[in-house]
Amino acid sequence: MSTAMLVPLAVGNRTLTIGLFLVVVAITLYITFWASRQSKTAADYYAGGRSFSGFQNGLAVSGDYMSAASFLGISGAIALYGYDGFLYSIGFLVAWLVALLLIAELLRNSGRYTMADQLAYRMRQTPVRSAAAISTIVVSIFYLLAQMVGAGALVGLLLGVTSPAVKNLVIVLVGVLMIIYVTFGGMKGTTWVQIVKAVLLMVGTILITFLVLLQFGFNLSDLLGAAAEKSGKGEAFLQPGLLYGKDLVGKFDFLSLALALVLGTAGLPHILIRFYTTPTALAARKSVLWAIGLIGSFYLMTLVLGFGAAALVDTGKGSQIQTSAGNAASPLLAQAVGGGEGTVGGSVLLALISAVAFATILAVVAGLTLTSASSVAHDLYANVFKKGQASERNELIVARIAAFGIGAIAILLAIPAQRLNIAFLVALAFAVAASANLPALLYNLFWKRFNTMGAVFSIYGGLIMAVLLVTFSPVVSGTPTSLFPSANFDWFPLRNPGLISIPFGFLCGIVGTLISKETHSMELYDELSVRALTGAGAEKAVVH
Amino acid sequence: MSDRSTPVYDSGEADRLPVHDHEVYNAIAQESDFVELRSRYRSFTLPATIAFMAWYLLYVICANWARDFMDTKVVGNINIALVWGLLQFVSTFTIAYFYARHAKKSLDPLASELRDEFERETGR
Repeated sequence: MSTAMLVPLAVGNRTLTIGLFLVVVAITLYITFWASRQSKTAADYYAGGRSFSGFQNGLAVSGDYMSAASFLGISGAIALYGYDGFLYSIGFLVAWLVALLLIAELLRNSGRYTMADQLAYRMRQTPVRSAAAISTIVVSIFYLLAQMVGAGALVGLLLGVTSPAVKNLVIVLVGVLMIIYVTFGGMKGTTWVQIVKAVLLMVGTILITFLVLLQFGFNLSDLLGAAAEKSGKGEAFLQPGLLYGKDLVGKFDFLSLALALVLGTAGLPHILIRFYTTPTALAARKSVLWAIGLIGSFYLMTLVLGFGAAALVDTGKGSQIQTSAGNAASPLLAQAVGGGEGTVGGSVLLALISAVAFATILAVVAGLTLTSASSVAHDLYANVFKKGQASERNELIVARIAAFGIGAIAILLAIPAQRLNIAFLVALAFAVAASANLPALLYNLFWKRFNTMGAVFSIYGGLIMAVLLVTFSPVVSGTPTSLFPSANFDWFPLRNPGLISIPFGFLCGIVGTLISKETHSMELYDELSVRALTGAGAEKAVVH
Repeated sequence: MSDRSTPVYDSGEADRLPVHDHEVYNAIAQESDFVELRSRYRSFTLPATIAFMAWYLLYVICANWARDFMDTKVVGNINIALVWGLLQFVSTFTIAYFYARHAKKSLDPLASELRDEFERETGR
């Protein structure tokens, strides 16, 4: 086909893609304004009235979790590095057992709106809420930056623009949209956006997976063989080791990452507050069960997508998949199985998958912004600053202002952060969540003696250690791909801090508890245990 | 007694521990039904957590330090690394299923009895 014939098709394709993006924006804005009319109380704004069923919240949890980093990142990593890309999905999935067995139901029964509500249940409010709020905001901002950087890169890629100005514009637009979702829609609007996104993502993924498998006669072994051959790496493509663990430091780095992935999920504030949107602990449990089913099947399909892209799309040096660090693998695979570049089927599928990826980014940034805004309003403003004396009306006004502020900060940080690797930012968010939040949550629920100083120590200890280790790691300096390639303060060899910072967070909790003179309140521990396990006195759904 | 939907502490109390909500909680905490509920909960979740963490870490360690074993072909192009990876999915689904069954059969009835008791005694 001559170039002259390709150009109009490419433009037509771009029009279709932009058109579908606008449809996604229109649907999500409609949901937001519909939800804003339904939201009246604080429980509506923070927890969606606690009226979502287990299945609905299961979809929303999956929607929150299956970020652009998993949809585009994991299939891209598999397309480039084969088996090692799959290692990510396994950690991400197994992590849900921690949430299911130890956290979801107990948190639903004993908290109200934020992660800090649970941690401060039997502690002195000011220090614990401040610490929990800071950690909530840090984790959410790292995660938010990853999504927004991804949005800029993705939209640039899909629309075929490379100019930094356009990428910055996309980041600003995504930021403005997420401020609108969160300010007007609150948790109810955000949850419905997640549900719509999760359905779109599952349908899109099932469709592409089916088309890939169809090409290989539903024979997984043939697909793997074709991917290994086309990758030019042969057998090694199907074995562990292309990405991680090349040397001893690499092996420990991988161990560190694996630990952060499996322990991080149950400490991610934007996941934790989703459990408050259900009416009962039973519904919270059901939502995790649905999430495990949906996320598990999704990751199984990304295996097919990743190897499919390796087998069917050019992943060699200089290819679009290489230059996009794998992020373009899923959309280009969609184009290939639809009939290839320049065909109607290929263009339609490419536009569809691009729109799904865009919806994914919008939904996840909204969830993260809501989490941070809730923590600012409910923890910092109402409880730390106003000492629990703020009116509900004022608290909600602050939440909306905070959503605006966090959106603005995220936009300002995301523009320079475009140099950072998306997967690294997400892994860092997981490492901080596992080091700072999970120890405090587990001790609070299961360790009678745990007290205020223990909670404060474990949160700040885990948080500071994780951030410090990353600062002095090869991610920030010392290698050509570092943030500051010309500087050399990389005395900590691992890229992921989890191996050190997670045990350190747990240790700080013990040390803080033991050196504190505060005597723990047996009454409050009993109260928390009974309430967490039975749901006696737990927050009820809002009846309109 | 303050309800938890209103602030749990008055002005100036924010730096002390929260006010204890209701003594019925402490009564329930001493009841044999609650002790039984807690031990049933822990007797499942504790061993299950140790098991899946050990099973996952063993897999990670083998992916690092037992490459020859992981590279062994099972059938066609499918090797032990892939099978073990897929087994992590199977074990996650299985543990989730058994936890749901255990919770429904052994935890929920006791929990709802105790919750009813709390609501009767406190009138909430």
